[in-house]
Amino acid sequence: MTLKINNLHAIIKETGEEILKGVDLTVPTGEIHAIMGPNGTGKSTLSETIMGYPAYEVTQGTVEFDGQDVLSRPVNERARLGMFLGMQYPAEIQGVNNADFIRTAINAQRPENDPLPVMQFIQRLQENMALLEMPDDITDRYLNVGFSGGEKKRNEVLQMLMLQPKLAILDEIDSGLDIDALRIVAKGINHLRGPEFSALLITHYERLLEYVTPDKIHVMVDGQIVKTAGPELADELEADGYAKYEQIRRNGVSE
Amino acid sequence: MSDEAGQQAADKAAIQEFASQHYQFGFHDDIKPLFSTGVGLTEETVREISRRKHEPDWMLQIRLDAYHQYRQMKLPAFGPDLSQLNLDQLRYFQRPTDHVARSWDDVPQAMKTTFEKMGVPEAERKYLAGATAQYESEVVYANLKRDLSRQGIIFMDTDTAVQKHPEIVKKYFATLVHPADNIFAALNTAVWSGGTFIYVPKGVHADAPLQSFFRINAENTGQFERTLIVVEDGASVNYVEGCTAPVYSEDSLHAAVVEVFVHPNAFCRYTTIQNWSSNVYSLETKRAEAEAGATMEWVDGNLGSKVTMKYPSIYLRGREAKGTMLSIAFANGPIDQDTGARMIHQAPHTHSTIISKSLCRAGGICDYRGEVKMDENAHGSSSHVECDTIIMDDDSSSDTIPYNKVAIGDVAMEHEAKVSKVSEEELYYLMSRGLSEEEATKMIVMGFIEPFTKQLPMEYAVELNRLIDFQMEGSVG
Repeated sequence: MTLKINNLHAIIKETGEEILKGVDLTVPTGEIHAIMGPNGTGKSTLSETIMGYPAYEVTQGTVEFDGQDVLSRPVNERARLGMFLGMQYPAEIQGVNNADFIRTAINAQRPENDPLPVMQFIQRLQENMALLEMPDDITDRYLNVGFSGGEKKRNEVLQMLMLQPKLAILDEIDSGLDIDALRIVAKGINHLRGPEFSALLITHYERLLEYVTPDKIHVMVDGQIVKTAGPELADELEADGYAKYEQIRRNGVSE
Repeated sequence: MSDEAGQQAADKAAIQEFASQHYQFGFHDDIKPLFSTGVGLTEETVREISRRKHEPDWMLQIRLDAYHQYRQMKLPAFGPDLSQLNLDQLRYFQRPTDHVARSWDDVPQAMKTTFEKMGVPEAERKYLAGATAQYESEVVYANLKRDLSRQGIIFMDTDTAVQKHPEIVKKYFATLVHPADNIFAALNTAVWSGGTFIYVPKGVHADAPLQSFFRINAENTGQFERTLIVVEDGASVNYVEGCTAPVYSEDSLHAAVVEVFVHPNAFCRYTTIQNWSSNVYSLETKRAEAEAGATMEWVDGNLGSKVTMKYPSIYLRGREAKGTMLSIAFANGPIDQDTGARMIHQAPHTHSTIISKSLCRAGGICDYRGEVKMDENAHGSSSHVECDTIIMDDDSSSDTIPYNKVAIGDVAMEHEAKVSKVSEEELYYLMSRGLSEEEATKMIVMGFIEPFTKQLPMEYAVELNRLIDFQMEGSVG
């Protein structure tokens, strides 16, 4: 269940501007990695490209998950490989009941003749909502419609808990959260932590990493990974910022 | 969430209930011999219709006046192309018959498949497809529900009402929709047959929705139902008609007239779902008036036909009267849905809302055509119009054509119109959770019409969802 990214280049379709300029990254099964870096450096583009957002086009390189080629698959089949993207800006969908949607999504990833029994679904939903301290009515509302920023993030984590992916990419799942909400979101991630689950956390604050200790931290600058180290790197970045790594990137030297 | 638990069971129950509601109409065996006035329309045809129905002279006079008016009138100068509609080739009246329009083997496979996918019961399928004996121009009823009559509510076909309650019919008939209003109103008034009559006495609340099913089946049968609803002071009623499943007809005209009178502080909701087969012209005139403090609501779904022209109106005649129109139009294939609403504010502090949702694909046309009028007495009134369209491919089209007329200054009018494709962002989001593009598209479309669906009785909502679900199949590459 390893995610392997090799020399990945991607452009914005509409403008042709290259955002990912040769990303190499491996996230082995059972590990949690974080990607940090300054704004506009390609972190979100990387996560969206892995999932297949149609505005980006891969021009070079490969992405493999569990030995399977990812890039040739439509978005839903990437999900069916066990990949999940918790989005920075999840879409709001009018008229679609949140709980109905989650149940449909779970069943879409199961064999057609084996849907999750309704009672089991409800039980799991209630457990996970309790874990995330979400109000009951959140699942009766339309999907993300009128949700606050924090509610949206929590709803992404709820979907992750319900879908039980093998790999979760969480794109700035911590942005806009107060400290209590951050703690709860972290609790959700830690809940899935185990030998069969890996995660890639995209963030530019080390705050989240105080609650979810990553196995590895990668620093991304200008479309490339320039540094990979253990969790202690977060403290260094917090103290010194990214200037050093921006310098390294400009000089074309990777550590 | 507890709703979720019982959803499947509820679906099943709804389908069963739906089936039994159809059976309760009990198409009995003593079928009368066929009678038809034949092809075409003359003054003698009109007299013959009235004679067959043993109508009082005043109704004959209304018919004849309308007939002569009709002869002077022209087809509408706006909207869809009606040049293929040959009014001289129609049969204007026929009695119930055991005539079978066609055998089950001749029913198109697409229609059979739709019934299958929607879970329409076996017996019902043949009936809807025109492959079993059926009644034609007259509404067939179950026995009048006992609790209705106990409450003093009159619920019967309009022909019977002319015989049994002439004083009420005479007082209201054709006073809201004048024959001179448009050619199809004139035609209907001349040759009308069947339709629903409802009278709710002062202060009486009809608890359950009153339901009726209209079908058209025989070849070239013009259908001219005439519906009259009177809701007295402080009373309320909820009337539901139509059918979500496709209803077969040979090239045919459906030109109903509906008049609804909502007296002071009364409430009426009139829900229609129509899914005529792809050769039917549905050209209807529906009009309501709401007096002081009264509320009138149209809930109107148009899913099929060849051409639909329908603009239900509400005349807000008394202070603080309210009018609402909630509609969906679905043009799937070579269908022209020209629909909308008219809100005529004639009293102070009246309020109207029009919410129109349209979906078109595979060459379908959905045009919204609506009018909001505030006359010089409409001080402090307001109107809100929302038109939302999803165009699913490049072959389909949609237009919004609003007419607003305001005679005074202290009123508020809002009009929002949005035409869009299925959002790429939304598709991506749903697909990232494992839904195929087709499943994601369906979910977005169902969500789009949800404000409408949730207002329907459950069995209609279940059927509508299944219908759209099925019709969206194969909608994405």
